[in-house]
Amino acid sequence: MSPRLQLSGITKRYANVVANNAIDLTVLPGEIHAVLGENGAGKSTLMKIIYGAVKPDAGTIAWEGVPVTIANPARARRLGIGMVFQHFSLFETLTVADNIVLALENERTSVELSDRIRDVSNRYGLPLDPDRHVHTMSVGERQRVEIVRCLLQEPRLLIMDEPTSVLTPQAVDKLFATLRRLATEGCSVLYISHKLNEIRALCHKATVLRGGRVTGDCDPRHESSSSLARMMIGGELPQTQHRAAHAGADVLVVRKLTLAADDLFGTSLSDIDLSVRAGEIVGIAGVSGNGQRELMTALSGERRQDEADTVTLLGTAAGRMGAAQRRALGLAFVPEERLGRGAVPEMSLAENALLTAYRKGMVAHQFVRAGVVRDYAARTLRTYGVNAAGPDATARSLSGGNLQKFIIGRELGQHPRLLIVAQPTWGVDVGSAAQIRQALLDLRDRGGAVLVVSEELDELFEICDRLAVIAQGRLSDAKPVAETNAEEIGLLMSGVFIHRDGEGRYLRPDSSR
Amino acid sequence: MMDHAITLLLLTLAAGTPLVFAALGELVTEKSGVLNLGVEGMMLVGAVVAFIVATTSQSPWLGVAAGMAGGAALSLVFAIVTLSLHANQVASGLALSLFGIGLSAFIGLDYVSVIIEPIRPLTVHGLPDIPVVGVLLFGHNPLVYLSLALFAAIQWFLSRTRAGLVLRAVGESPQSAHAIGISVVRIRYLAVLFGGACAGLGGAYLSLVYSPSWAEGMTSGRGWIALALVVFANWKPWRVLAGAYLFGGVTLAQFQAQGMGVELPSQYLAMLPYIATIVVLAIISRNAAVIKQNAPASLGRPFHPEG
Amino acid sequence: MMRIRLEPRAEPSRFAGWLSPMVAAVAVVLIGLVLFSLMGRNPWHALYVFFIEPMNTLYDAGELVLKASPIMLCAVGLSIGYRANVWNIGAEGQLIMGAIAGGGVALAFHDSDSRWVLPAMFVVGAAGGMAWAAIPAFLRTRCNTNEILVSLMLVYVASLILSLLVHGAWRDPEGFNFPQSKMFAETALLPILVAGTRLNVGLFIALAAVAAGWLFMQRSLAGFQMRVAGLAPAAASYAGISSSRTVWIGMLAGGACAGLAGVGEVAGPIGQLLPVVSPGYGFAAIIVAFVGRLHPVGIFFASLLMSLLYLGGEAAQMHLALPSSVTGLFQGTLLLFLLATDVFIRFRLRIVRPPTAATAA
Repeated sequence: MSPRLQLSGITKRYANVVANNAIDLTVLPGEIHAVLGENGAGKSTLMKIIYGAVKPDAGTIAWEGVPVTIANPARARRLGIGMVFQHFSLFETLTVADNIVLALENERTSVELSDRIRDVSNRYGLPLDPDRHVHTMSVGERQRVEIVRCLLQEPRLLIMDEPTSVLTPQAVDKLFATLRRLATEGCSVLYISHKLNEIRALCHKATVLRGGRVTGDCDPRHESSSSLARMMIGGELPQTQHRAAHAGADVLVVRKLTLAADDLFGTSLSDIDLSVRAGEIVGIAGVSGNGQRELMTALSGERRQDEADTVTLLGTAAGRMGAAQRRALGLAFVPEERLGRGAVPEMSLAENALLTAYRKGMVAHQFVRAGVVRDYAARTLRTYGVNAAGPDATARSLSGGNLQKFIIGRELGQHPRLLIVAQPTWGVDVGSAAQIRQALLDLRDRGGAVLVVSEELDELFEICDRLAVIAQGRLSDAKPVAETNAEEIGLLMSGVFIHRDGEGRYLRPDSSR
Repeated sequence: MMDHAITLLLLTLAAGTPLVFAALGELVTEKSGVLNLGVEGMMLVGAVVAFIVATTSQSPWLGVAAGMAGGAALSLVFAIVTLSLHANQVASGLALSLFGIGLSAFIGLDYVSVIIEPIRPLTVHGLPDIPVVGVLLFGHNPLVYLSLALFAAIQWFLSRTRAGLVLRAVGESPQSAHAIGISVVRIRYLAVLFGGACAGLGGAYLSLVYSPSWAEGMTSGRGWIALALVVFANWKPWRVLAGAYLFGGVTLAQFQAQGMGVELPSQYLAMLPYIATIVVLAIISRNAAVIKQNAPASLGRPFHPEG
Repeated sequence: MMRIRLEPRAEPSRFAGWLSPMVAAVAVVLIGLVLFSLMGRNPWHALYVFFIEPMNTLYDAGELVLKASPIMLCAVGLSIGYRANVWNIGAEGQLIMGAIAGGGVALAFHDSDSRWVLPAMFVVGAAGGMAWAAIPAFLRTRCNTNEILVSLMLVYVASLILSLLVHGAWRDPEGFNFPQSKMFAETALLPILVAGTRLNVGLFIALAAVAAGWLFMQRSLAGFQMRVAGLAPAAASYAGISSSRTVWIGMLAGGACAGLAGVGEVAGPIGQLLPVVSPGYGFAAIIVAFVGRLHPVGIFFASLLMSLLYLGGEAAQMHLALPSSVTGLFQGTLLLFLLATDVFIRFRLRIVRPPTAATAA
């Protein structure tokens, strides 16, 4: 039996980095094959090459034993390759059926397709309404659209790029059932992830990438998480030091925060209550797209509230204050998007330091003191071990992990009383991630208040003292980490807490029958 | 009185038609996510090329075709600069307008006082003689019918065809479109060229039908008003049509007022279309949510598959 | 088969950034050569008439700088807005309103011999330009209205207002019914700087604007924040930079400079109000702002080049019987070429060979 897909010597260089270096990969029919590696290891580039979205500089691809050139995604689909993107390739203003018809070359209109969509989605346990508009759907539902769109093309290889980051733990189990069923029907699956326990639970084989090279392959069912981690990062997983919490007075208090979505595709916030005290880290878990973005802009002051006392910062009613005024009170904020929001890509690191830290003596009589700005940037680079050419390097030239360390360092350098961080380690390499988590813990130990929003449950359990869950724009009560577990948080993430009984207790789906 | 109302209606349609052409073309361009601010320049080049070809060939219809080709050629410059060379669309559109104004003035210099035979309204034996309905249905210039046909075609194309769906998808999210194998740049080239041809057609209508002559800057801001109309119309073809006739009516006000013996310096009435544009734009854009919902999400943003 | 492909650079190229205005200028000259020969003129002679002759005598050099001043002023003001993605394209209208406001002061104090008439004209003129720019600024910040279209529509309105005034209320009663105002009194005219030329002290206002523009954009916190707003609006909002303040600063800077330029024209070479007070300086300034890389020093040189295009157009009309509209053509060409060659700032050309079995060792 010839392999379904065989890559040999695939190489792709970008302006200043070799993303893929002589990669070999063999996928058998009906095999669920993991491609494992940390952020920046070159997984996504490799998948885009297989899908025809990126052209390799060297190397060959054989499909079912025949050498092929995959010039574009259309060609890939004709071969029988489907891909579910991490960042979905959907059109929000269009219906599910329109989204699917666009990807199928032989379909003219969406009408006759609707029945086939219903048929396939029910067969694989992925219920979908073809006439719904995508912008009304949750992130998990959108992923279903992507998967069904692939399945309608009867793929013989399905690529899944980090599919579980948008799912609750319970939904992950359902997805795995679907993938296993596909595999038994003979479809191969390329499963890209950095989550070790998922790979051990699902995959038949794993190819490990590090720094653009293949560093090993194995049967993950016979490996432990720590042995996989060693292959992935080439050493032991770094540990953070965790001391007992000594929470003090309230630093941030949110009372009945209700905020209409600022655009059609956003989530409205309703009745959010939250407090963060000095010397503690509060985490907010949740599937992305449930109001995290809106909550962050409301707390940072990028969107003001109508009532001043909805948000209280260090005793000051700050609801009507803008971002600059809230920062003056002692707030610092690290947003989810680093390039373009947390930092200006085209500007130097020094200028990016000036962006938020200008109150630190960088301005005299409205004019910028360039020396002070450079010193601040240089100190940030040193203190947080940021790998950059110097304060004059542009933000764009830094890797994701280094830029995140710079932004967090810039915010911490302002000695904030409250630090709000969204997705602190998203897209960051393992070493930097550990460093960032440690920096957050250190701030807490110095008496700072920290609010962390993350989609990584493991991370939240590692660093937080209390945990709340956001779902459909509502926030659950925060619970001490010691009194909860991943299963309970996972249930909350699906929104069960929104229906409470008369005494305010959550109604679980099984108890509400 | 009845006659007067009918004349007014006919004139309004005639005055609105160049806007219909230009704004419908720009609507298709913008639906693909490209903002081409060069409409004024493309209209002027369309007008002058149409006029020159019509006078030298003695064939007004050849002139119309040449006007479309002229507008499309100018839009090709814009497409190359923005789509292949990734230049800022706003700056490039402004440049195209300034270039088109200069180019049309330059090549049209020898034709400024030339007089030509305009394209005449259709005369289907006796039909327009039917009272009221006859004139309203059959008394128009052929290009007016063409503009209505263009409207119907675009409406059908956008809502009923697969190609229209592809166009809307590209304007909504070029990244997604690229990811599922649609050639974003090719679609955008076609949309820009179509917009250019339509603007050229609008210009040709001005120089061959509306005021059969050529004068420097004869569009007097109609290209910019067409751009405003697309926003006003919320990117819906039928609202473009309604808006164009509304503005056509406003431009007529000055002639009407003079005809009725209103003692007012002509400048006040000449200002009306521009002030009306501003007022209408301000009212429409107050509701940011509606604009955001209808505007193509990628409008004005450059796209590079790997960049 | 080999293919040429654009590939993003890791860092934008500063070299390409300075090179592309030069390449664009050279391209305009080359196109001029082709155009002149197509029109049956000796291209080298035409080139000489167009680009060299306007600088031959002291008087000519004075004209060059004289024409460059209003363009420079408008462009510096516009560039502050453009840096922040505030697209004021109505400088021409703001210039006209400045001329009307400043000229109004000159006419109102026609019989005064106070030294303060001229300064008052500039203050009121700047205010007039700012008032005109405030309309799109207000509508943009309050109603989210596109400032490009509003500022442009207001150009037409401004020129109609000027026409209304010189045909009516402000018409010179002794002017044989020509649409023009009285000639301004001596106290309302800018003193000549160099004898034998028409160059006046308005130049210093333009140079001061260039210096102030540089200080503001390159050295002040507010200028830095304008640049952030232009490069990354989300980062600006994240850092608490008010977007309406950005719009107001960008618009008012453009309006004030254009208003000053308008007064400079009517209190300088024109000396009265006419139906047309500018041959499109406000539009030429858009081109100059871009060709000068939105940088005050670049704008200084680009406005001299643009002034040369104006004078060359006039010379070509007089000596070669070429249409003066060739100036507009050259202006547009210059900007289009600049935008096209700017691609090399962010991209570079790469020759790619598709992967073959031989390269996959």
